[in-house]
Amino acid sequence: MEIKKNSVYSVISLIFLVLIALLFLFPFYWIVTGSFKPNPNAIPPDWIPKALSLKHYVKLFKQPAGIWFFNSVWMSLSSMALVLITSSMAGYVLAKKRFSGRKIIFSLLVCAMALPKQVVLVPLVRIMNTIGLYNGLLAVILPSVGWPFGVFLMKQFSETLPTELLEAARIDGAGEARTFLNVVCPIIKPAFGALAIFTFISTWNDYFLQLVMLASRNKLSIALGIATLQAEMATDFGLIMAGATLGALPIVIIFIAFQKYFTNGITMGAVKG
Amino acid sequence: MENEKALKKNKMGMSHAIQRQQNIVSYIFLLPFALFFIGFVLIPMGMGIVTSFFNYKMNAFEFNGLTNYIRLFKDPVFLKSLRNTFVIVITSVPLVAIFSLWVASVIFDKNSTFTSVFRGVFYLPVVMGTVPVVVVWKWIFNAYFGILNYLFKALNLMPQNLRFEWLGNKNTAIWCILAILFTTSIGQPIVLYIAALGNVDKSITEAAEVDGASKLRTFWMVKWPSIMPTTLYIIVITTINSFQCFALIQLLTSGGPSYSTSTVMYYLYEQAFTYYDYGYANSMGVILAIVIAVFSALQFRVMKTDN
Repeated sequence: MEIKKNSVYSVISLIFLVLIALLFLFPFYWIVTGSFKPNPNAIPPDWIPKALSLKHYVKLFKQPAGIWFFNSVWMSLSSMALVLITSSMAGYVLAKKRFSGRKIIFSLLVCAMALPKQVVLVPLVRIMNTIGLYNGLLAVILPSVGWPFGVFLMKQFSETLPTELLEAARIDGAGEARTFLNVVCPIIKPAFGALAIFTFISTWNDYFLQLVMLASRNKLSIALGIATLQAEMATDFGLIMAGATLGALPIVIIFIAFQKYFTNGITMGAVKG
Repeated sequence: MENEKALKKNKMGMSHAIQRQQNIVSYIFLLPFALFFIGFVLIPMGMGIVTSFFNYKMNAFEFNGLTNYIRLFKDPVFLKSLRNTFVIVITSVPLVAIFSLWVASVIFDKNSTFTSVFRGVFYLPVVMGTVPVVVVWKWIFNAYFGILNYLFKALNLMPQNLRFEWLGNKNTAIWCILAILFTTSIGQPIVLYIAALGNVDKSITEAAEVDGASKLRTFWMVKWPSIMPTTLYIIVITTINSFQCFALIQLLTSGGPSYSTSTVMYYLYEQAFTYYDYGYANSMGVILAIVIAVFSALQFRVMKTDN
């Protein structure tokens, strides 16, 4: 009896789960199909597109959508590279070196992590204005690197480094820089993968930061560009969905290809205990 | 043995020169990150706190004590936004935590392809990014071209000639936002719960089941205690995210109709970037940070004593 009850329960919950999963897939499906339908606004709607057309994409690339796209790629790649370098170095020493001030620095980072990122945006815009970076891609890239998430992740991972190995490298006469590059970096490779993909996606999607930092039309990111299209041409849903496809599809593909790294990053970043 | 002890002793009493060398090396390694952290996190944080006590606009900068804070608590729009923020947090946090735990417990012990497909599907709205998610929902909710009205009419749940404005109605707009927020919030908790449930010692759960404990009982007695830290973490991050709900609102309703969907974060944005009242906006940021800190601390307290 018990077994029967359990299996009925699992079948029902599986069916329920699949239905909800379809609901979660639907917006993405609707974006992509909507961008190819000649007349996406038709009611009753075509659940499955009857004809395909590229006219919305032709219109989209008359906006500087190509530029928006490359702005996003450039911002995400640069902040990814900078985050990997800075946080692997910082995470390594926080995990493996005993130096004065280590505890204070670490608790400072914890406090900063717990505070909402967005409340520093207003002063940050003033700073960027003062140093002349406002309305440039650097105004988005640089602040993304200051956020301590990557340092946590790298520290967590570096703690698994065997101390004997580091000692051995030192005894062999390797300097600190060489130990880091030749011994530490190869071991923490999986963490690099996780952090790379994580930073890329979160920079790509950081709409609020982009919104307050970028203003002129050919400096926009793809996310901002779509938002602008929506504000200007509220019911041209074919065009807006073409923009949304351009903004979402590459990142979805990257996510599917590297899902393992990504989920590792999320679980590693969770501060344990 | 003796040797090891000697080595340890030696290490404990590390000479000043070595310690100094360690300090220098460590700080050199920390320097690149520190530059970014100080320049783009600490300094703006400090500026935000200091200028919240100033009358700080495009052409004004003078100390005015607590004026901004007093004004906040007399400002009906701020109070409304604060209330909406709490409504969002109180509704979404438990829903997200419970639903993601349910999803994770259904899929975590299936084969790995199955698990990763479902994990991916529920993570999809997060990966896609807020803007694509919002624009497609805005279309779905659209009074003329949206499929939601169409579906309601097809099922005869709505008069055929009605053009219902889901986002333009005071009573429905906030629920539309909550629904979308929900879809973008559960991805990360599910990933975390799957990992946590996978780490629960199988031999203990099996032993409990052999002893005749029901599935539900096994869950509460064995699994629940060991996923407590994860639950706590999930509740804290979901709370922080919900408190900062901004992009959804800015893109969907701009806080309207008549501020019925405004949140603290949205009102802060409006004050800073539409009215250029930086001091006032920063005082809101400080209040929001304090509220979030208090909430997180409380949650830690409650969950810890529960344990």
